[in-house]
Amino acid sequence: MSRSDVLVDADWVEAHLDDDKVVLVEVDEDTSAYDKNHIRGAVRIDWKKDLQDQVRRDFVNKNQFEALLAQRGIGNDDTVVLYGGNNNWFAAYAYWYFKLYGHQDVKLLDGGRKKWELDSRELVPEIVERPATTYAASEQDRGIRAFRDEVEAAIGQKNLVDVRSPDEFAGRLLAPAHLPQEQAQRPGHIPTAANIPWSQAANDDGTFKTDDDLTTLYRDKGVDLSKDTIAYCRIGERSAHTWFVLHELLEQPNVKNYDGSWTEWGSLVGVPIELGDS
Amino acid sequence: MCGATRAGVSTDGVDLATEAVVQGVVTRDGEPVGTAYVRLLDASGEFTAEAPTSATGQFRFFARPGTWTLRTLAPGAEPVDEQVTAAIGMITELEIRVG
Repeated sequence: MSRSDVLVDADWVEAHLDDDKVVLVEVDEDTSAYDKNHIRGAVRIDWKKDLQDQVRRDFVNKNQFEALLAQRGIGNDDTVVLYGGNNNWFAAYAYWYFKLYGHQDVKLLDGGRKKWELDSRELVPEIVERPATTYAASEQDRGIRAFRDEVEAAIGQKNLVDVRSPDEFAGRLLAPAHLPQEQAQRPGHIPTAANIPWSQAANDDGTFKTDDDLTTLYRDKGVDLSKDTIAYCRIGERSAHTWFVLHELLEQPNVKNYDGSWTEWGSLVGVPIELGDS
Repeated sequence: MCGATRAGVSTDGVDLATEAVVQGVVTRDGEPVGTAYVRLLDASGEFTAEAPTSATGQFRFFARPGTWTLRTLAPGAEPVDEQVTAAIGMITELEIRVG
């Protein structure tokens, strides 16, 4: 894998708008953005309704994921190109999710919906219906998903990367600043975690920084790239963006996303928490 | 889970007395810009959050008390930076004009 295998630019997408084997999927934090308009031919995945179990705090299971992709008209051999707002925050989460269930050919549109919109490229309101497929997912790849016990065992042993904003890391905010402040019982961060906000991996227009800039970013903040890494945030979406950077762009072999993240850790009894800036 | 809403819409269910709200509207020649992105940067210039504007050009952040920079990106315009101060229980309102 390399950058060109996992990331495409807007010109590439425009050249493949009528390619049946390329499926554009919009995944937005603001799930209503798609209703207003979207890239021509794109289908929507709603990260809250489609990707999360509606009762337990967990992902949809393999059968549900298969049903979702079949219904959206996505086949196992299709090239899936994900895009969304906010630096591809939720699109990167969906990317990680597609990899969790073993989809082979999945890519992100560099810059996502924001760059597309800022470049004044075409967006259309028409809802897209693709013919249903039969989709077969793999069992979850636990090599890219971390659970709380593994995170606790990683303190002082592996790289822990807290990708939330400095205010959340220090304990001054419990949630990103564009959301009401709620969720975990306690603020702070996991001891030994480096605070490298996910957004530092992206330029203002949402495109990813160069590999050299990204390597420097993580090295300068104390991440030992020879060690395994676990990334976390508040609910596992922003850290999926950092997982994409470390695992897919920088090709680090052992990187996991802790999707329980701060809403779980900050509510657990008996785990260590630190306050203050890095 | 995080119930992200397009900024500038309903505050139903939010206790505004405990929030430091920064909100406003992005305009061009007096008309709202529904395709802009407003980025909230902290006092050190670090990115904290981003909100796309609503169809009526509105955005909203739940910040913490202090000084912030709002960086607004809009199609065909240079980024515009505005300094704001947020306080708990206050709604700081502003209009951002892009070129």
